[in-house]
Amino acid sequence: MERVPILKIGSILLVSIQVDMSDQTAVQLQEDLAERIVATGAHGVLIDITALDIVDSFVGRMLSTIASISKVLDAETVVVGMRPAVAITLVELGLSLNGIRTALNVERGMELIAAARDDDQDLDEDEDDAGPDGGPATETTASR
Amino acid sequence: MALTAEQSGRLAGLLREHGERITLRWTEIVAAQMRGRLSHAELLRQVQDLHRIMIAFGDQGLVDLADEGGGELRAELAELSRGRARQGLSATETAISVFALKDVLLETLEVAGGTEALRDYVAYSALIDQMGLFTFESYVRTRESLIADQAEQLLELSTPVVKLWEGVVAVPLVGTLDSARAQVVMERLLQTLVDTGSPYAIIDITGVPAVDTQVAQHILKTVVAARLMGADCIISGIRPQIAQTIVALGIEFGDIATKASLADALRHVLRSTGVEMGRRARRGQ
Repeated sequence: MERVPILKIGSILLVSIQVDMSDQTAVQLQEDLAERIVATGAHGVLIDITALDIVDSFVGRMLSTIASISKVLDAETVVVGMRPAVAITLVELGLSLNGIRTALNVERGMELIAAARDDDQDLDEDEDDAGPDGGPATETTASR
Repeated sequence: MALTAEQSGRLAGLLREHGERITLRWTEIVAAQMRGRLSHAELLRQVQDLHRIMIAFGDQGLVDLADEGGGELRAELAELSRGRARQGLSATETAISVFALKDVLLETLEVAGGTEALRDYVAYSALIDQMGLFTFESYVRTRESLIADQAEQLLELSTPVVKLWEGVVAVPLVGTLDSARAQVVMERLLQTLVDTGSPYAIIDITGVPAVDTQVAQHILKTVVAARLMGADCIISGIRPQIAQTIVALGIEFGDIATKASLADALRHVLRSTGVEMGRRARRGQ
């Protein structure tokens, strides 16, 4: 069975999908990724689909699942490198990949994750400034 | 009444016997129709070619233009009508090049007279009618391919994607947006986003005369596709009338930013990138 490699760049995990996704490959990838996020404490996951000619509802659902898993583990997921033809097909099919952030290329994706992290840190700083009681701050963190 | 092999042979003989006179008279009739748009020498050359090939056709005793041996004649006729179509001549002017032969043959056969000659003439006419129809079909085919080429060129000309700023591209849409054009615009825009790595795109609809639900649907699809790829789209150039139409039709642009002018859209994009930079600068302090 083919396995999708997961690369670590700084605090980001890069998953470049180069093979046709089967059920097994997808499940394996989800398991591997969850383990790696926990092991490395990564804060961002970049899924590169430049090599994919076809993104059907199956791959779409897999991306959504990975995004949800990563979110639970406090990592931001960004799908990068979607081809124009793929985007058009998805629109025609009515699949909008809700809840998944996208970027044009890996570089932009890394910027996006960095920006999201900055926002978080901003919030942390604001919370620190907010007051010593920390009541509202905890609430904010919980709701995020 | 269809042509027989014997008659076909007789036609070749007739054409050969009166060769000089027939080609000259034939050219004359065609030239009268063309009103000087094609030179006499050129017409004569075409007529002579056709004349020569028709003799060969008759000598083989062929009776139908669609016959296997009629390839040369068909090719010549197709070539003739292609030339006429490209020169912008009308269908009548093209068909007359073939049908003029009827008049010439009638003049030639009248001299002999008699029922036999009449019978022959009717049979020859059948062949010439076939040739005329074939010419006309080739003519139409050429014209259609010309129109198709032009439509394609128009499509390419009318959908430029321009770079406005670092990371900002714009598509100024001009003219009616039908499904085919919307598809081209969408593909072109998305490809440019990938090629230039621009995270912002502005779709300017100043030049779109009317926005109905279908056009709005096309624009929305493009925006959603661009979002899927990780780029943000802004719609600009909405004229007052169009704004009223959009509201009257109940078209919802949702959370897609819309601006009145291209300048506003560019300012919006620059501000949204600028604000981020500003915030970072403050953090650095």
